[in-house]
Amino acid sequence: MEKLINDFSFGLFFWQALILVILIILLVKFAWKPIMTAITEREAGIADALAAAEAARKEMQNLQADNQRILQEARAERDAMIKDAREIKEKMIADAKHEAEAQGEKMIEQAKATIESEKNAAMAELKTQVSGLSLQIAEKILKNQLSDTTAQTELVERMLEDAKLS
Amino acid sequence: MVFPARLFKNTITALIAVLPLLSVANVSDDVQQEHAQTEAHAQHAEGVAHSDSHNEHEPADKKSKIKAFVDHHLQDSHYFVFFSDEETGEHYGFSLPVILIDNGLKVFSAAKFEHGEEIVEAGGEYYALYHDKIYKTDAEGTLDFDEHHHPTNAKPLDFSITKNVVAMLITAILMFLLFTGLAKSYKKGPIPTGFGRVLEPLVIFIRDEVALPNIGEKKYRKFMGYLLTVFFFILILNLIGLTPLGINVTGNIAITACLALFTYFITQFSANKEYWAHIFWMPDVPVLMKIALIPIEILGTLTKPFALMIRLYANISAGHIVVMSLIGLIFVFKNWIAGPSFFALTLFISVIEVLVAFLQAFVFTMLSALFIGMAVQEHHHEEDHDKHTEEEPIII
Repeated sequence: MEKLINDFSFGLFFWQALILVILIILLVKFAWKPIMTAITEREAGIADALAAAEAARKEMQNLQADNQRILQEARAERDAMIKDAREIKEKMIADAKHEAEAQGEKMIEQAKATIESEKNAAMAELKTQVSGLSLQIAEKILKNQLSDTTAQTELVERMLEDAKLS
Repeated sequence: MVFPARLFKNTITALIAVLPLLSVANVSDDVQQEHAQTEAHAQHAEGVAHSDSHNEHEPADKKSKIKAFVDHHLQDSHYFVFFSDEETGEHYGFSLPVILIDNGLKVFSAAKFEHGEEIVEAGGEYYALYHDKIYKTDAEGTLDFDEHHHPTNAKPLDFSITKNVVAMLITAILMFLLFTGLAKSYKKGPIPTGFGRVLEPLVIFIRDEVALPNIGEKKYRKFMGYLLTVFFFILILNLIGLTPLGINVTGNIAITACLALFTYFITQFSANKEYWAHIFWMPDVPVLMKIALIPIEILGTLTKPFALMIRLYANISAGHIVVMSLIGLIFVFKNWIAGPSFFALTLFISVIEVLVAFLQAFVFTMLSALFIGMAVQEHHHEEDHDKHTEEEPIII
């Protein structure tokens, strides 16, 4: 203790007190205040940013859920549409088939009728032509046979004979 | 990011590794200086009355020489000596100004003392330098000694700029530059650059681990300035003390007393009504007890800063004594086994001293915050009274 008191230097104490007071005043003004303010602000900023990020994440999740829902709905709608389309397609195909069949039958009928009438017409014409032709042939034959008097006589005689016979 | 961190670590490691090596050089310088000084005293004292006691005091063998230089190292000095030549007694360094208040202000350079060899005459008074202390003397330089070899001559009020004052000024300038630099770096961006990256975690540490838990959310900002200043002031001075410059500032009782008094006054002046009520009129105890508790509580307020003062002084002084004694042992034994082993031990203790430098700065700040916290906190519950007394400092 005696040594401690002996070692105690009032001058050193005085300078230390002076330096410390000046240092505290200067540092508080020029260093600690700006540093503490900056750190506090930065921490507040970080906290805000974290909160914002959290909020954004939640929003994102909501958005994703929404997206999922919309996607689901769209998919369902698409499925329904495809199903409808398929039904319509099948119906259309079936209708077309029916129509085509009916049309075909009708056309066949018509064709058949046409063919019949054509045939009839052709037959009639053929008949007239055949009769004309026969007449011409007969005429030619007759003309030919009658050009010669003997032959005419012969024919007449044969005919007469036939007539007699009958 | 990795490279500078590793570089920094390596630099620190290298510095720590060379620490004892450099101290060795320094110690021998101190031996030489001390030797030269005591020799000078002896020579000088031959002509004066108390030459016998003087000669007795001269370090005769190596052990007492080492003891003398350890003592010398722990003391403040009027010279900033880097090294000295034992043969010629020459000192390489610079003298610091001496400022005395003794029948007026007297300012002269310590160089006039010639390291204690000369008597300085200033304003009609004579002054002698003995073991780094200035005493009033006569024209012949007579010093009277008591039985402990302490001069009984009167001492003038010594306001000299000593080695410790220079160290403090350098520390103050360094701190001012470092922390205004850190403050400025926040203007450029939210994250500090350069050395500020090392300082900022320490600042945040003081706030989160020292100020906030002890003082409380509401009032801590008011005391941050003091706590931060004291922490870095002690820390830097502790670390400077570990350099081979041979400065021992925080191991000086005047310094620690001043620091402790600051904490004491800040505590008392910021204390609230409840704090004073607990000292002068302890609630919830019988009247007789209240009266009996008054002196105990008043004494309690004084023991806290006293413990602060002694703790820092003792820890840092002890560290210096241990390191220097271990280095001294190398010179005592002077052989191939003792040299490297004491070198290794000194290295080990030096590393511990680095830890102690941080720890003591932290403990001082922590306890200051605790005492301030006790004085400003609001007591709402009865349990707090018990807690209040149990929270006496027990950390060493």
